[in-house]
Amino acid sequence: MKKYTFTEKKDTRSGFGAGMQVLGQTNPNVVALCADLIGSLKLDAFIKENPERFFQTGIAEANMVGIAAGLTIGGKIPFATTFANFGTGRVYDQIRQSVAYSNKNVKIACSHAGLTLGEDGATHQILEDIGLMKMLPGMTVINPCDFNQTKAATIAVAEYEGPVYLRFGRPVVPVFTPADQKFEIGKAWMVNEGTDVSIFATGHLVWEAIQAGEILAEKGINAEIINIHTIKPLDVEAVLASVKKTGCAVSAEEHQVNGGLGDSIAQVLVQHHYVPLEYVGVNDSFGESGTPAQLMEKYGLNAASIVEKALKAIERKNA
Amino acid sequence: MNIKELEEKSKAYRKKILKYIYNAKAGHTGGSLSIIDILNVLYNKVLNVSPENFNSPEKDIYIQSKGHCVEALYVVLADKGFFPEDDLLTLCQYQSPYIGHPTKKIKGMEQNTGGLGHGLSICCGSALAAKKDQSDVKVYTVLGDGEMAEGSNWEAFMFAAHYKLDNLCAILDYNKLQITAPNADVMGLEPLDKKLEAFGWAVRHVDGNDVESLVNTFDALPFEAGKPSFIIAHTTKGKGVSYMENVLKWHHGVPTAEQYELALADIDG
Ligand SMILES: Cc1ncc(C[n+]2csc(CCOP(=O)(O)OP(=O)(O)O)c2C)c(N)n1
Repeated sequence: MKKYTFTEKKDTRSGFGAGMQVLGQTNPNVVALCADLIGSLKLDAFIKENPERFFQTGIAEANMVGIAAGLTIGGKIPFATTFANFGTGRVYDQIRQSVAYSNKNVKIACSHAGLTLGEDGATHQILEDIGLMKMLPGMTVINPCDFNQTKAATIAVAEYEGPVYLRFGRPVVPVFTPADQKFEIGKAWMVNEGTDVSIFATGHLVWEAIQAGEILAEKGINAEIINIHTIKPLDVEAVLASVKKTGCAVSAEEHQVNGGLGDSIAQVLVQHHYVPLEYVGVNDSFGESGTPAQLMEKYGLNAASIVEKALKAIERKNA
Repeated sequence: MNIKELEEKSKAYRKKILKYIYNAKAGHTGGSLSIIDILNVLYNKVLNVSPENFNSPEKDIYIQSKGHCVEALYVVLADKGFFPEDDLLTLCQYQSPYIGHPTKKIKGMEQNTGGLGHGLSICCGSALAAKKDQSDVKVYTVLGDGEMAEGSNWEAFMFAAHYKLDNLCAILDYNKLQITAPNADVMGLEPLDKKLEAFGWAVRHVDGNDVESLVNTFDALPFEAGKPSFIIAHTTKGKGVSYMENVLKWHHGVPTAEQYELALADIDG
């Protein structure tokens, strides 16, 4: 089993900001828009270095998405940025018709996804965005796990032609993936090979899955941990190869169980290779105020819950 | 309550806003201080709302569209007896119902808000329902100047005029700042009164941190029969605490112990 360690914790949104700064220097077609949340999106460096390539839209997210779609003429690559709720649910039809259906090369890049933004409570905690975005034909959906991966993903989505939803968050989390990684859209990342249970995790839950793997190892269980940073298109081959080996699975995400990564995996399992699957995710509920750790504990989105569900999946396999 | 008493209330409310934000180590300080005089006059002079009549269809309706300034509303609702003020010591804490935006879990709250640009549409619906029922219910909302950029507001402006909702009053907390920068730099609103008049609203300007002017303005509602009323309340973000006034970072800044004491003294001053 590979041991993962970290020397610092950083927020994934800062990884986005760092990626945007690189794009500012390397790709003159990249432009950014923001609806009055520059600081929260960590866009300060990009704006400072490329003031003529940034457009403030004010608190008008629907307008921002339409403007992004229009800006694509002549090869511009607009990144439309805000909090994940206001960048997806609030503007769904703008994304659906003007971006996805019209196949515009727009990147919807959103922070504060999931529960872990803290005190603001349910209106700001979207747990449905993965589902909303993955249902749109042609939309790529990416949820990277740490600072380095978010930075790499930001750079990668600019190179990819087509609409993308890139989701990241506010809390500081361990930085454990390599700084120099190449991000491959749609390619699952093998975190740890194992034989007893497959744990498919995305976003902030990948680090929790690694912790869960260590706890399971102490119990003599050899978990395979896979980072599904791209929820759509899903790496079906990687999912199937893993469950054919382990015979059971757990999905883990900071999102509703309904419509999330787990559902995408379930579809694959039901169609191609049925094995028991347990979900770690929010169970049909809105969020609330609290620290990230408190909320992750209450809603069962941590290593302990992943362990519990892994044991249950194994029990079902052996039943 | 006379003007002097209302002014004392505003001071007391300001201190409480700071107390609970300081205790919670979270909150929207600048905006809560800018709207508190408006809420003071609304709840103590204008609205027919109390814990006793809250479930009655006859009572007036206030929906805070700029939900992030919930601390101001909590403090006023506690003062009006909707819940014990001590509850606010749990503000924004884990498992407290007193979260960082209005929710109907709290008695006195009409509507869950937080995402901007929702409140006015809901007020239009309620004002329309009151008209249809030929009731005397009046409907009020407070909007932020940054929030005004949301297109939904402008859809609602059209609707309210079209349906002649003169039982509806929207108040703009025009503190001229939003999160990132001054309103005029982010997305300019001016000439606002002309725009709203062109949309069919009756518009008045007021010093939104002066309770006497606010009382006089509310007394004149509706400004014109058959038209919705819009109050452009010129306010100061962070009003009452000199080091917070017009300073962007106090949008959701939390004072240190020393700053907190300084702020209380300033309000008394
Ligand atoms: C739809 C939506 N977009 C973004 C936000 C995040 N946000 C919260 S407060 C705020 C600034 C609001 O500015 P303004 O309306 O002027 O309020 P004030 O400055 O008076 O507090 C923003 C962008 C939100 N709550 N809702």
